[in-house]
Amino acid sequence: MSEKKIGAYVCSGCGIGDRLDVNQLVNTAKRDGKANEVKDHPFLCSAEGVKLIQDDIDNNGVNRVVIVGCSRRAKTEAFSFENVAITRANIREGVLWVRPDAPEHAETTQEMADDYVRMACAEIKYMGIPSGSGEQDLTRHLLVVGGGISGMTAAIEASKTGYKVELVEKSGELGGMVGKMYKRVPTKNGLQGPVDTGIAAMVAAIEADANITVHLNSTVSKTEGAPGRFDVEIATESGSTNNVRVGAIVQATGFKPYDMSQLPELGAGNADVVDQMGFEALAKAAAGGAIKRPSDGKEVKSVAFVQCAGQRSDKPGHLNYCSGHCCTTSIKQAMYLREQNDATAVVLFDDLRTPGATGEDFYRCGQEKGVTFSKGQVSGVAAANGGLEVKFKDLILNEETAMEADLVVLATGMVANSGPNPYLALDLEAAKAAEDTAQVAVLEKQIEVAPPSILNLQYRQGTDLPHLKHGFNDSHFICFPYETRRTGIYAAGPVRRPMDAHQAVEDATGATLKAIQACENAALGRAAHPRSGDLSYPSFRKEGCTQCKRCTVECPFGAINEDEKGYPQYNEGRCRRCGTCMGACPVRVISFENYSVETVGQQLKAVDMPDEFSEKPRILVLACENDAYPALDMAAAKGNTYNPWTRIIPVRCLGSTNTIWITDALNSGYDGVILLGCQKGDNYQCHFVKGSEIAHIRMSKIDDTLKSLNLEQERVQTYEVSIADIDRIPQILDDMASTIEKIGMSPFKF
Amino acid sequence: MSNQIEKYRRSFLSEVEANVEEGDMVKMCMQCGVCSGSCPMQNHWEHPPQEIFMMIRAGKREEVLSSSSMWMCTSCYNCIARCPRGLPITHIMHGLATYAKRLGLVPKEQPTAKFGQMFWDNLSKKGRVNELKLGLALYFMNGIGPGIKKSLEMQDVGMGMMKTGRMNPMEILGGHSIKDTAGFSKMLAKAFEIEEGNIKNNG
Repeated sequence: MSEKKIGAYVCSGCGIGDRLDVNQLVNTAKRDGKANEVKDHPFLCSAEGVKLIQDDIDNNGVNRVVIVGCSRRAKTEAFSFENVAITRANIREGVLWVRPDAPEHAETTQEMADDYVRMACAEIKYMGIPSGSGEQDLTRHLLVVGGGISGMTAAIEASKTGYKVELVEKSGELGGMVGKMYKRVPTKNGLQGPVDTGIAAMVAAIEADANITVHLNSTVSKTEGAPGRFDVEIATESGSTNNVRVGAIVQATGFKPYDMSQLPELGAGNADVVDQMGFEALAKAAAGGAIKRPSDGKEVKSVAFVQCAGQRSDKPGHLNYCSGHCCTTSIKQAMYLREQNDATAVVLFDDLRTPGATGEDFYRCGQEKGVTFSKGQVSGVAAANGGLEVKFKDLILNEETAMEADLVVLATGMVANSGPNPYLALDLEAAKAAEDTAQVAVLEKQIEVAPPSILNLQYRQGTDLPHLKHGFNDSHFICFPYETRRTGIYAAGPVRRPMDAHQAVEDATGATLKAIQACENAALGRAAHPRSGDLSYPSFRKEGCTQCKRCTVECPFGAINEDEKGYPQYNEGRCRRCGTCMGACPVRVISFENYSVETVGQQLKAVDMPDEFSEKPRILVLACENDAYPALDMAAAKGNTYNPWTRIIPVRCLGSTNTIWITDALNSGYDGVILLGCQKGDNYQCHFVKGSEIAHIRMSKIDDTLKSLNLEQERVQTYEVSIADIDRIPQILDDMASTIEKIGMSPFKF
Repeated sequence: MSNQIEKYRRSFLSEVEANVEEGDMVKMCMQCGVCSGSCPMQNHWEHPPQEIFMMIRAGKREEVLSSSSMWMCTSCYNCIARCPRGLPITHIMHGLATYAKRLGLVPKEQPTAKFGQMFWDNLSKKGRVNELKLGLALYFMNGIGPGIKKSLEMQDVGMGMMKTGRMNPMEILGGHSIKDTAGFSKMLAKAFEIEEGNIKNNG
């Protein structure tokens, strides 16, 4: 690229020209911002205004554009120019709308706007134009792991788009759990009762599909690479291996039923006490005739379904979550009994939950067919009078009671068929290095009982998808449900969260489309969510790198591997562009083309710093661009105000905050620093999963810096905020201003 | 019909479905409790409707049929209006009461049952309700003493009604009737016959 030529364009529309001195903004951009071309326009986002900018790009060689006007989140379509770097000085939402329109505030409001112009000009000087690394290939080929209803759906859906699929199934046949069922809950019209599973038709469709290669009795023995270039080794039971290159992976490894032998109090061990899959086997064996009990082959006349068996319970060894399908499944099974045996079928539930569009009608259908529903808490199941006695508390009649049954079905929960927690081995390594023998023992025990690896990823951060809770794979539950913490690998079905077959089909379809998107994006060097389409990627200055491995360890997505010498290997296809590595790097050698330690560092230094006695403090705010920054924009639109001392810099993720920014800010005289990130922890809202958490950990160590500078701890505050906090965030900013009033100005203003 | 009701078996529910008006809707109750919460008499019932439905499913035959609960229904129709499952709860309550009466399981001295009988006896004679006789019968329901006391208490109301032509004292001598009492009696006899037939078929 030729030399950088900055064009700054000041909009005086939306009331900006009425309240601010536009000429002064132009002069600031020229004098302090050192912009080569500076122009103002009364309506910059109009066709005429946009043309003004485009003309400068085309004819005057401008390749760095600063738009002084509205927030970077507004008018993105108008201000979209090819082959230039763009930034915004947000003087509408960031200044005008958050400051009262009164003569006594005019001076500080103008200062705020001038500072944002300086900051934007400073940033743009250090911004490059991202172009993608071009490291990936276009590979229209997916690997689907698991041949159940989720995996088969994924394969069929991918094939429909013309993609090739390698479908790997551990057992000797396709079908999975649904294939073992007699019938399934319908996807439409719940009132029709149980319907055919449709598995045979799916298997036939797959066998007839030239795009799909099925690998039975096979597992994935090795996976390396990145989206667009995963090299996978498929091992069959017989010992032979196949190597394939795929663009993305769908992991649909499903669930295993909870081990009911842990429920002796509910009669586990008695031949006539079965779990739901056990009952499906009985129904399948009956093939439409009367269902017979396992112990003596007697036709069953009375069956009790015990809901929430070993689940939704905090007892040790139980599952404390709801598996979501079991109520509907029991209703379905009770209907078999009503139709095939004319038997009493009592569903003993605590809370009957029938999610999905057909759920309520299906429940109604069960009632119409004469299934008995009783809100009851089962305390025990034991053999009695040649059958079984189910003791329970009837919660409607509020009494301890019991019923006799020929057969008892325990509605146990789903346990995710995940690989091992990939961080166990890394934690063990760390514990060994720290010589923490107690922790080593704990971890070794956990590793011993961990399941075998499913993907065998050759990643620095372990062999499988990271878990969230209870062994289910981590994904951003609300915003990006299919994205796991390994880009290009999508979890679908009950391995992601407990669900029924219908949801699994939808899940698999969604995950497959995301996998296809990942292949196509990878070919273009684009990022996956939430910075979809971003072409920038991290790179590092090798000569400065100390091989400390913090970036490879802290990357929330396990994107970074290490070479033999311990240098990071970025695998940009796996990268989500959050910048957590950049924030982690103690020697600050990691950067993106358009986002770096410099682009932020220079902004905060560009702010005009009034002296200690001016009574004009300066507060630096680093705000997550996903939640905190939009919340600030919305607060402005709502008419909330905050103090004029605040200078806000959006960051990709709070995880990208390098502590040097804080140190620099304090050294250059800022009186307070506020970091606004997302909620962390198990119920995290962070778009980059761990970014906010990591930032909080880093900031907990900032006290040393403050001490060494002899500054008060209150001067640096980190908050978890949500996008809805449009009243709270301005309050946080004003609280900092009052704190500064109390503790006094920083002495570091030079 | 079987008296050997096993708990939580379908036998009593089947009996209700066969014999009680709209009894086949009992199985559709989803135990939300809106009926019990909506009932203006909720504090006076031993078992509100939701509980009655559960007791039927639990096979508590004697307890349900000899209960005075369904007799407490005032037919306000609040429960029917509010039931999310559309159960005709009022009708089922009356159906249960009727069935209990047929089986002779009504609790002794159940006032609603007693009033119902008086009303029927009064009506079935002439095809018209003789309000004077029905009113007096109600006053004297609990004996002569309380009857006289109540009559004196209501004296002013009675005189007022007579003055405005709302009550005719001559009704005490038999009262007015419909035109064709013989036809009316035949109609009732036929209705009884049909009902007996139904009972026989379902029993």
